[in-house]
Amino acid sequence: MKKKKKTHDAAAVNGLLVRRPIRRWFPLFILPTFVCFIIGFVWPFIQGIYLSFCNFNTPKDASWVGFANYVKAFSDTGFIHAFTNTASFAVVSILTINVIAFLIAYALTQKMAGANLFRTVFFMPNLIGGVVLGYIWSMIFDAILKGYNTYLTANATYGFWGLVILVAWQQIGYMMIIYIAGFQAVPGDMLEAAKIDGATGWQTLTRVIIPNIMPSITICTFLTLTNSFKMFDQNLALTGGAPNIMFNGAKVNMTELLALNIYNTYNINAKWHGAAQAKAVVFFLLVAVLAIAQLTATRSKEVQQ
Amino acid sequence: MKKRGLALLLTASMALTLLAGCGGGTTETQAPETQAPAATEAGTEAPAETEAPAETAAPAAGGSVYYLNFKPEADQAWQDLAKTYTEQTGVQVKVVTAASGTYSDTLTAEMAKSEAPTIYNIGNAQGLSDWNDYALDLTGTSIYDERINDDYVLFDETGAPKALGYCYESFGIIVNKALLSEAGYTLDDIKDFASLKAVADDIHARASELGFDAFSAPGLDGSSSWRFSGHLANVPLFYEFRDDGVTSQPATITGKYLDQFRNIWDLYITDTAANPTSLSTSTGDESEAEFGNGQAVFYQNGDWEFANLTGNFSMDPDDLAMIPIYCGVDGEEKAGLNSGTENCWAINSQASAENIQASIDFLYWVVTSEEGTTMLAEQFSGIPFKHAIDSNNVFGADAKAYASAGNYTLSWAFNYTPNVDSWRATVVTALTAYSADPTDANWEAVVEAFVDGWAYEYNVQNG
Repeated sequence: MKKKKKTHDAAAVNGLLVRRPIRRWFPLFILPTFVCFIIGFVWPFIQGIYLSFCNFNTPKDASWVGFANYVKAFSDTGFIHAFTNTASFAVVSILTINVIAFLIAYALTQKMAGANLFRTVFFMPNLIGGVVLGYIWSMIFDAILKGYNTYLTANATYGFWGLVILVAWQQIGYMMIIYIAGFQAVPGDMLEAAKIDGATGWQTLTRVIIPNIMPSITICTFLTLTNSFKMFDQNLALTGGAPNIMFNGAKVNMTELLALNIYNTYNINAKWHGAAQAKAVVFFLLVAVLAIAQLTATRSKEVQQ
Repeated sequence: MKKRGLALLLTASMALTLLAGCGGGTTETQAPETQAPAATEAGTEAPAETEAPAETAAPAAGGSVYYLNFKPEADQAWQDLAKTYTEQTGVQVKVVTAASGTYSDTLTAEMAKSEAPTIYNIGNAQGLSDWNDYALDLTGTSIYDERINDDYVLFDETGAPKALGYCYESFGIIVNKALLSEAGYTLDDIKDFASLKAVADDIHARASELGFDAFSAPGLDGSSSWRFSGHLANVPLFYEFRDDGVTSQPATITGKYLDQFRNIWDLYITDTAANPTSLSTSTGDESEAEFGNGQAVFYQNGDWEFANLTGNFSMDPDDLAMIPIYCGVDGEEKAGLNSGTENCWAINSQASAENIQASIDFLYWVVTSEEGTTMLAEQFSGIPFKHAIDSNNVFGADAKAYASAGNYTLSWAFNYTPNVDSWRATVVTALTAYSADPTDANWEAVVEAFVDGWAYEYNVQNG
């Protein structure tokens, strides 16, 4: 290909005449979005943190109470239970979703008839909203369990695995698309070189393919991690936290995850608004720290092609 | 090759928006509901500003009314009534209705605005303790003096009346009299739990021959479970509080009448066509349809069902009656229906003096004028005001008949339930487990949910 000669056309899109005013006036251009961002995100976020240190019914009548809300949040057995629930749910769902999505993506990048059709079908569950899915799956599970004279909210195990199945069904297709993009980005010459050097299928997978699709793995684990922690709709619609059991004089919603616990705490009454807000701040910090840690960990394994 | 990573990141960020779209499912499903208030807001505000003052002489005070309505089914009636009032007096009345189940969220949001509601709903003692700072002391107001008695008034800790019930509702066991006589019985055969059980057992035993069963499904799905964790539970709570002379929210309960609660619940899950192991998914609509279509003689619910049963299911009002929930308590032959209210008007004490006066005037007009009392009678069954007109609701008439025959009314003791949704959820879990496997051990869990749950939720509520 003939190389284009570098020109100095000042009126070109990247020319000085165009770039200079943009450089000078960019604050004006980003202003509308920036204002929206402040109003819709930054301000509520700061107010939210402030309110977690207050007793309030409406945000207008907030009164400062210091760390009392945080103490209250952590002395709530339901919150601790929701925390362990969420952690185990996250571990199980990250593993199932990523392993299965990876395998399906691997299968669907092989030369096979109908691969595109399969990709579409596997992706489709992702297009349905969480609440709808929750209700549909609760009917499916109950219809199955009815045959065994039991029901979904009979114990925490059914609810937990029900949620895992639901979320896996919903998200595998999505992660699969990202993995497929990753597989397709593996350079053909590397694969060819591996083949010529006599690498086995396993060696090709672990030494060539996986290092090359680390960016996909980073993103997929990030998405599944944050999704699992923020899980709300599906949790609410599938079991709503039931079974709700009295246990040694304290109450535990056996299948309640963190986000639902925060929501329910807020709705107890005005005395709990601050504690719910404190839980939400703790929740934010937790998700942020975990996500950053995970990103750093998987990023370090990425290779530059 | 960094570009590829970038491309992937971009894909992923697009992905995130898509997932966020999925999360939006919640708001999407609520959209029609939340739109309603917005639409009504626009609908009532605009004409009020332009037309009203021109036609009639503006009142001197110049206050306006903002009513945050609690009952979605009565929304249209309130909108129309507000329009009539504005036409007659020139006072602006804005009516906004919160979507079903979102009243407290809507109220919290609206109260934070500069133009806060001037009239709003307080449901029970808990609601009053949350909103006491915003509730006007009604003593001496014209509207307060229109009440017939103190049964439907909420008083705060100092004894000041803060919220005024504007309609009361009754629940009990709805009976299809036509089917009952087909089975060879009349209402006179049912006087207490023993006779109710005898009739129900007999009908259940002959169900295949008769073509209908005794009780409609006692579903424990969220759309139906409140009939039992809330309404049926009122019966043991009422008797316990009556014995102990409880008049304010107790910190603990004893569960003294839970054996009787078990009596009636056993009857519900035995003498029915429903499978007791699948009650967790059995809905309120199913149960209603079962009764409405003549497949069951008894159906526990309230007088608000009247419109549906006579409308959607075209049942003959003459075939319908409501009887007390008998469960084997001594002296229950003299029981009446369970009557009470969660619909009480409170006036925003933090509104301006003109708006407070305008609100009181509006409510006074509602309970005294022809238009207002007609609307109340059409929408609600029991109206506790001096100038109330009788409604055509036969269940409401039954409630009055029991009361005037000297039977005692079971007041809504469940209004004292601490952290009510959570308490009920625990009871439902235990009841569902017990229904699937009715053992004594499983009943113990129901008792625990009832009694220990109450103490626990009381602490949570006051935490």
